[in-house]
Amino acid sequence: MSQSWTHFRHEADIGVRGSGATLAEAFEQAALALTAAVADPSTIRQRQRIEIHCENADPEYLLVDWLNALVYEMATRRMLFSRYKVTIEQGGLRASAWGEPVDVGRHQPAVEVKGATLTELHVARDAAGQWQAQCVVDV
Amino acid sequence: MDTSRLIRKEAFEWEIPARNGMRVPGVLFASEALVAAMDDKVREQVANVARLPGIVKASYAMPDAHWGYGFPIGGVAAFDPEEGGVVSAGGVGFDISCGVRCLHTAVNLEQLKQHQVRLADTLYRRIPAGVGSTGRISLPDAQMTEMLAGGAAWAVGQGYGRADDLERIEERGRMSGADPAAVSAQARRRQRDEMGTLGSGNHYLEVQRVAAIYDQPAAAAFGLRIDDVVLSIHCGSRGLGHQIGTEFLKEMAQSATGYGIALPDRELACAPLDSPLGRKYLGAMRAAINCALANRQILTHLAREAFGEIFPQADLTLLYDVSHNTCKVEEHVVDGRRRRLFVHRKGATRAFGPGHPELPAALRPFGQPVLIGGSMGTGSYVLAGSGSGMEKAFGSACHGAGRAMSRHEALRKWQGRKVVDDLAGRSILIRSPSMRGVAEEAPGAYKNVTEVVDAAESAGLAIKVAKLLPLVCVKG
Repeated sequence: MSQSWTHFRHEADIGVRGSGATLAEAFEQAALALTAAVADPSTIRQRQRIEIHCENADPEYLLVDWLNALVYEMATRRMLFSRYKVTIEQGGLRASAWGEPVDVGRHQPAVEVKGATLTELHVARDAAGQWQAQCVVDV
Repeated sequence: MDTSRLIRKEAFEWEIPARNGMRVPGVLFASEALVAAMDDKVREQVANVARLPGIVKASYAMPDAHWGYGFPIGGVAAFDPEEGGVVSAGGVGFDISCGVRCLHTAVNLEQLKQHQVRLADTLYRRIPAGVGSTGRISLPDAQMTEMLAGGAAWAVGQGYGRADDLERIEERGRMSGADPAAVSAQARRRQRDEMGTLGSGNHYLEVQRVAAIYDQPAAAAFGLRIDDVVLSIHCGSRGLGHQIGTEFLKEMAQSATGYGIALPDRELACAPLDSPLGRKYLGAMRAAINCALANRQILTHLAREAFGEIFPQADLTLLYDVSHNTCKVEEHVVDGRRRRLFVHRKGATRAFGPGHPELPAALRPFGQPVLIGGSMGTGSYVLAGSGSGMEKAFGSACHGAGRAMSRHEALRKWQGRKVVDDLAGRSILIRSPSMRGVAEEAPGAYKNVTEVVDAAESAGLAIKVAKLLPLVCVKG
């Protein structure tokens, strides 16, 4: 899949945005934007897979929960991820994330993400029918 | 920001009149140039805070205010529990009790310069810094609970530092009212291996020299003389605070309606002070304050070991330790009446004026030291809380320069290695695991800290005491 994530401007922190033909794809891309706030995803090898499950009936809070679950996994496993596969189901999501332990020399990680915020939080379909999923993350 | 929408009350004080549901006015303390440079979002956020229940007097923004989430960074607001006041996780921030402590070293500039490279390397070796770093100790759950209740006092009890350090820390090193049971298993897990780590981003440990003195009596009381070498540590409550902020921000946002609070913006997530959720957050947030105080205490111990390795005469004594992201119960006189208020300071420093009973006796006549962080190449400042600041903004002042450009822009503009080399050319030694991190934190990415500090002084929030310039910076 081609890159369809971006960072958008926020004074102190970073806005992460993913887009895709489906909500799941937009969530996968938003997660890549999250990774890219820390390190260049192309430097991160896909050596380990972890599973994530979040529940929230509200798609916007589900995005926050998804990103926060990744922040938690990155922090406690001391890993970075560069590939995501998300399945949206009733009231939640199931996902796999592939990555490897932090290698400071190779990844040159710039910041830890502290958490996803409710600022600029939007999950919706745009006029062209593409799903957009975004929020500001605190770094 | 469009200044035509503000009323200039004084040269450095701008009012957002109370309208459209604002219960109190907004007040910005800044020069015309600083206000003009602020994002319009700051005005929106200051006005939104003014709409929250139980807010007292005004919603304030410090001279370094910028667009945050919910509250602006540099926002100060006090709430009265007797008037339905609230506590807001977004009003404290994710990095609970992030702050700065400054220590004297008893090393003079001449001695420092002889061993500057060795000191930089030794500090870098001993201080865990950057993404993925772990501390020397791993805290099992029972000890974690003790740490969350005991703060820096716990750390001293574990052999990290000295009992007289505690005198120079807000709350004497231990925040009362902490409720370790309100801290989730996830927050504890996130902290388990992070005690005594610096973190990343704008966090640092810096060796500095006193480059200017502005107020001789206060500087003398603070123990600062020209060319003294001091050490400053900027960091917070690490993963534990971040996780608590994350969990309560969401819980407060999703339960506000249930508490009958109409949020002007869901990111202003809050709960009544007198509610189970409000009390639970206060207990968890205070535990996170203790975590930050314990963390800075352990880092102090590591820095002492590093200095001791090189300078036999080194004696690192604490000038003061301030926290930026907190909500604290304080007594303030409002309209002639003494009231017990919950003061939120997000990216703002407590700055109690002279005579305040919370201050240690030696500092009391001069006001609380206010430690303003710099950005590798630029200076830091030591200010003192002023009597007028107590009246103006519940005894609060700015906390740093604030970013002038995004991380993304900084990364496009600077190369980490070149930033390090340029600073080395100015005899400022940077040690960091991440060159990308250095580029994103390049000094030029920040606003002019001097302008911010001068505005804080001109607005009457605090008094300038001394300027510090960097010699060595360990960057996370």
